[in-house]
Amino acid sequence: MAKIEVEVGKSKGGFMKWIDDRFPFTETMRYHVTEYYASKNFNFWYVFGVLAFVVLFIQLFTGIFLTMNYKPSAAEAFSSVEYIMRDVEWGWLIRYMHSTGSSFFFVVVYLHMFRAMLYGSYKKPRELIWIIGMLIFVVLMAEAFAGYLLPWGQMSYWGAQVIISLFGSIPWVGDALVEIIRGDYSISDITLNRFFALHVIALPLALIGLIFVHIVALHEVGSNNPDGIEIKSNKGADGVPLDGVAFHPYHTSKDLVAIIIFLIIFFSVVFFAPDMGGYFLEHANFEPANLTATPEHIAPVWYFTPFYAILRAVPDKLGGFILFGLSVVIPLFLPWLDRARVKSIRYRGWIYKSALSIFVVTFLVLGWLGTMPADPLYVLAARVFSVIYFAFFILMPYYTTIDKTKPVPDRVVYHG
Amino acid sequence: MTEDDLDPNRRHFLAVATAVTGIVGVTAVAVPFISSLKPSARAQALGAPVEVPIGSLGPGEMIRVLWRGKLVFVLRRTEEMLSRLAANIENLRDPDSAEVEQQPDYAVNDTRSVRPEYLIVEGSCTHLGCAPLEDFDVRPAENWGGGFFCPCHGSKFDLAGRVFKGVPAPTNLRVPPHRFVRDDLILIGQDSGAA
Repeated sequence: MAKIEVEVGKSKGGFMKWIDDRFPFTETMRYHVTEYYASKNFNFWYVFGVLAFVVLFIQLFTGIFLTMNYKPSAAEAFSSVEYIMRDVEWGWLIRYMHSTGSSFFFVVVYLHMFRAMLYGSYKKPRELIWIIGMLIFVVLMAEAFAGYLLPWGQMSYWGAQVIISLFGSIPWVGDALVEIIRGDYSISDITLNRFFALHVIALPLALIGLIFVHIVALHEVGSNNPDGIEIKSNKGADGVPLDGVAFHPYHTSKDLVAIIIFLIIFFSVVFFAPDMGGYFLEHANFEPANLTATPEHIAPVWYFTPFYAILRAVPDKLGGFILFGLSVVIPLFLPWLDRARVKSIRYRGWIYKSALSIFVVTFLVLGWLGTMPADPLYVLAARVFSVIYFAFFILMPYYTTIDKTKPVPDRVVYHG
Repeated sequence: MTEDDLDPNRRHFLAVATAVTGIVGVTAVAVPFISSLKPSARAQALGAPVEVPIGSLGPGEMIRVLWRGKLVFVLRRTEEMLSRLAANIENLRDPDSAEVEQQPDYAVNDTRSVRPEYLIVEGSCTHLGCAPLEDFDVRPAENWGGGFFCPCHGSKFDLAGRVFKGVPAPTNLRVPPHRFVRDDLILIGQDSGAA
C-alpha cells in the first residue's frame, strides 16, 4: 500500500481533503484563525477591532431589511421611514438598531484608533495597517454622511446642504463639482437617490474591501500588544511565539465576553434611549425636510462634531474647508510624525503621556463645541482647541524625540 | 522562439502602445459615467423660470419662493428701509457689488435691484448654503439696521443682501436673473425674451 502523503495545510482525508485539494480552506483557517498567534497580554483595549466587526455585521444585516421598506425619493422617503417605525412589524427595532449602530460604529472605531495611539500600533512595521485603517475611517464618514440624508428630515437636508456646499469653496472646479455631487441645482430627489446608491452599494463595498485588506496586512506582520514588543522575535522550538496564543480558541473566547457586554450596552440604548437625548437622532430630524427654512440650530451628529468645530473656527470659507480636511487626514501621518524609539505608552516619558492626555481632552472639547451654536465665545474656544489639535501632530517629531523613554523588556509583562 | 529572438524595442513599443490605448479607453468610458452625474434633462427642465405674482405684497413684506429648488426671497422694501441702506457702508465687505458673479449687471447699484422697492435675492447663505432668517428690526445699539442673519454660522447681510465684514460668508447674497413681466408679476430665472 502506498504511503499517504500529507501535504502541509491540508486535511488527511475525507470531505475536507476533497475541499482542500480545490480550495485552501484548512490552510486559510490555520493561517488566520487557529494558528494566528497574538500576544497573551492583550487587555480590554484589544476588543474594539472585533467589536467593529460586530457593528459592521449589525449595520449590514439591519440595512438590508431597511431597504426592503424604504423609498429613496424626496416625496416618499420621510413617510417610508415613519412607515417602518409604525406599520412594519418590528420595524422600529430594525431601524433603531441601524441608527444606534451608526453611533456605536464610531464609538468603537474611535476607541480602536485610540488603542493604536496608546500602544504605538501604527509604528513600523504596521504603517500600512494604520493607513488602510484611516482610509476605512474616511469611507465610514462618507457612509454615515450619505446615510444621514436618507430619512429626508430637516437635519438630513440642511446638514447635507452645509457639507456639500463646502466643496463649492474649492477654487475653479468647486461649483461644477457641487453640481456633479448633487446632480441638480439644489439638493433634491436626484441627490437623495444617488446618496442611497452610495450608502447601500458603493461605500459598503469599499468598506468591506478595505477591511479585508486591513486584516490581511495585520496577519502578515502580526498584532501589536500593550508592551509594544514584537512577539515574533521570541519563538519557541515549534516556531510559535513564546508570548503568543492562538486567536482561536483563546482570543475568541475572551472576545465573546466583550461582545456580550457590548450587546448589553448596545441594546440598552436601542430599547431605552434610541435618540440619546438628541445626540444619536437629532430632534430636528423628526420633521420632514423643509426647503424654505433652516433649523434654528444646525449641528452634525456627534461623531462629526470635533471636525465640524474646526471648520467653524476658521473665519474663511476655503480655509475652513482645508483645515477641516486636514484635521481628518493628519492622523494618517502618525507613523512618521512619531519619532519615539518605543511603541507603548508604558515605556514612554511624561511628555508624550501629557501630550496624549491633552489631545484626548482637546478632541472631546472640540466635539462638544461642535454641537453648540456659533456664539463668539464658543468660536474663540474652538480656535484655541483647533490650534492644540494640530499642535499635537505638528510638534510630535520634536517632543517624541526629546521625551525620555524607559527600557523595553524582551518579553511581555502583566500589569494587571 | 528563444530568448535570443526577443526584440526589447518591439516589446517596449507594444507595452507603451497597450498602456496608452488603455488610458484612452478608460478616459472615453469615464465621459458617459461622469456626464450621467450632471443635472439630467428633466432636472434642467424643472429648473425653468418661475413666475411670481407680487401684486398682494405689502410694503415691508417678504415672500419665499422656490426656483430650481433654491429658496428665493422677494422683499418689498419701504422708503424707510431703503434710506437705511447707505448708513452702514463702511461695515460691508462689498458695498458696490464688485463681485461680478453674485448679481446680473442690472443689479449692480446701491439697492442691488431692478426696481429699488423690490429686493430679489437667493435665500442661500454664501458661506455654506443655509437659509438666512429675516431680522428687519432696527437695533441702533447693535448698529443693526435690519437685514438677514444666518443661524448656522452667524453671517449677516443688510437689506440689500450685502454681506457684513467679519462673518464667515465671503460674498453678498446672489441675485438670480429676473425681470418684471408686469408691475405685479416677476419672472425669476430669466431676464430676456418672452416669458
